[in-house]
Amino acid sequence: MAEVRLSNLSKSFGDTDAVDDVTMNIPNGAFVTLLGPTGAGKTTILRLIAGLETPDQGDVQIGGRSVVADTPAQRNVAMVFQQYSLYPHLSVRENLAFPLRSPLLKTPEAEIERKVAEVAEVLRISHKLNNKATALSGGEMQRVSIGRALVREPSIYLMDEPLSSLDAKLRSDLRIELKRIQANLGATLLYVTHDQIEAMTMATHVGVLDHGRLVQFGSPREIYENPVNLYVAGRLGQPRINVLPADMFGGAPTGAKTIGLRPEHIAQGEGKSSEVKRVEHLGDQIRLHLRLDGHDIVTLSENYQTVEPGDTVAIQPRNPLFFDASGARIA
Amino acid sequence: MSSYSITEPSSRQKWVAGSLVIAYAIITLLPLVWILTTGFKSPTDAIAYPPKVVFEPSLEGYVNLFTTRTRVTQEQLEALPPPATWYEEIVRDRDMVIAGPSRYGERFLNSVIIGFGSTFLSVFLGTLAAYAFSRFKVPLKDDLLFFILSTRMMPPIAVAIPIFLMFRTLGLSDTHLGMILLYTAVNISLAVWLLKGFIDEIPREYEEAALIDGYTRFQAFYKVVLPQAATGIASTAIFCLIFSWNEYAFAVLLTSGTAQTAPPFIPTIIGVGGQDWPAVAAGATLFLVPVMVFTILLRKHLLRGITFGAVRK
Ligand SMILES: Nc1ncnc2c1ncn2[C@@H]1O[C@H](COP(=O)(O)OP(=O)(O)O)[C@@H](O)[C@H]1O
Ligand SMILES: [Mg+2]
Repeated sequence: MAEVRLSNLSKSFGDTDAVDDVTMNIPNGAFVTLLGPTGAGKTTILRLIAGLETPDQGDVQIGGRSVVADTPAQRNVAMVFQQYSLYPHLSVRENLAFPLRSPLLKTPEAEIERKVAEVAEVLRISHKLNNKATALSGGEMQRVSIGRALVREPSIYLMDEPLSSLDAKLRSDLRIELKRIQANLGATLLYVTHDQIEAMTMATHVGVLDHGRLVQFGSPREIYENPVNLYVAGRLGQPRINVLPADMFGGAPTGAKTIGLRPEHIAQGEGKSSEVKRVEHLGDQIRLHLRLDGHDIVTLSENYQTVEPGDTVAIQPRNPLFFDASGARIA
Repeated sequence: MSSYSITEPSSRQKWVAGSLVIAYAIITLLPLVWILTTGFKSPTDAIAYPPKVVFEPSLEGYVNLFTTRTRVTQEQLEALPPPATWYEEIVRDRDMVIAGPSRYGERFLNSVIIGFGSTFLSVFLGTLAAYAFSRFKVPLKDDLLFFILSTRMMPPIAVAIPIFLMFRTLGLSDTHLGMILLYTAVNISLAVWLLKGFIDEIPREYEEAALIDGYTRFQAFYKVVLPQAATGIASTAIFCLIFSWNEYAFAVLLTSGTAQTAPPFIPTIIGVGGQDWPAVAAGATLFLVPVMVFTILLRKHLLRGITFGAVRK
């Protein structure tokens, strides 16, 4: 395992700036997620680190050494691809053993046997080892492709939305599993996703990408509580942050254009009266859809309160975020 | 069946399609059946009119195919010791003795060497070229691909004379190497285009995964691309073999002795000892066997190859 540093990394394809001046430090043993919508440049960053793309500018260092001139094999990274993850002509066992048999590692057969069995055990695919790779369910395929990365001990694991094609249950199971494995191994992992829950729950560090630029990098908590701009604030939090005109509740700093209120940043009981439009019972919580001065607001309410559509609820902000006209955070 | 699906044809449609296929099969197979049966007929039965469907089978055609014979007088025949083998007996019945083996065996072997040799070379070179065209930035790629295809746009025989002169100068006339090179040159355009299509369909991610897993590009090609291109390689090989196996015009022009293949040889059988149709038919029948065996061996791949685009998601 090693620290990975990206310095002023840029890559464009024709007119598209896929990666734009990204500087990021992935500490040894960290679980870093890159969060961004489709087309934000997540895959390109992984491919630049793996050596499948050459940067237009900037440097990639692994363990303190620049690797931009190295081949993918020399970089000693493991990667789980977004799709086409398994070699379709090989069995599950051969897929898992494939990296170990490489001329780079030349692992002895007994050792291969042991490692494959171990990884298969961890990922609960032992009973499928002799299956053809194509004769697996989506979830099993994805576990095998994660396994193919885990059999190695690379400088860094790169994972490109490895859980995105799975159903919700499996996804949350594997999320926990992956986090546990990473913690056990003390592995350095760069995990790319467009799913904020994945980003928030697993990561020690989150990087938020927007059109190839790294907008913010920090702990999940920091990013959630202290977003640098409206874009980052909007990417994290479920339900989404409410964005309203800055002067709605008064007390806005000068230059503020909008106020951002997370659902939990709305205190009920005092303030402006809003109309309840819809009530969603989520079991442990109630989600309230309110309407105030022509704006929709979503907030949360405790379970014991009985609120019905048509009721009136008084609300006021608590620790709001203010943004200027360009979307940058000012308070 | 109560289930209804738009992809499953109705029984009526199946019946119509089935009859059409069977009718087509009968039409195309009839000449083959004719050849096959003629090979086992006696020379008189072979030219009987109306044609004999039921006849007494004879191996005379096959014996004549593999032997050269001389006619002898009745006295000479009686002076000989009794025939030692069944085929000698067949020949003696016609007042002849076996003078020696015919050239059919050699010609057949030439066909095998030249046919399979050029097929191997076409597929080997074609795969490498197709991979390069599919994966790398080749300067003037589209022009090169068009040029390769354009070699197919005229009938190969149109260049027969220049090739004949070239071969004579280079000492390639009537050699195995010359014929292998020539058939490879004709087949390579088909091979490159077919194989490029197949390799284009294999996602690059597999090779990239192999590169990251610690393999070199050539190893990735060998271990990941080739096995997945097996279907395409098999169907390409069949197409190449069928061409070079059956090729007649170049073979007539450029071979006469050492490297003559079976197609120009078979018609010459007619001249040996009258109109020996059973021997010609026997030669044609045996000549079909290698291609048929090869095709049947690769049959599964071929079917998948033809429907490749349709089956893949
Ligand atoms: N090989 C390529 N050729 C051209 N454009 C590309 C290529 N790879 C990526 N892009 C473009 O770069 C941008 C970032 O792509 P990508 O890194 O795949 O985003 P993400 O993984 O975040 O969805 C997109 O606009 C995409 O269309
Ligand atoms: Mg992507």
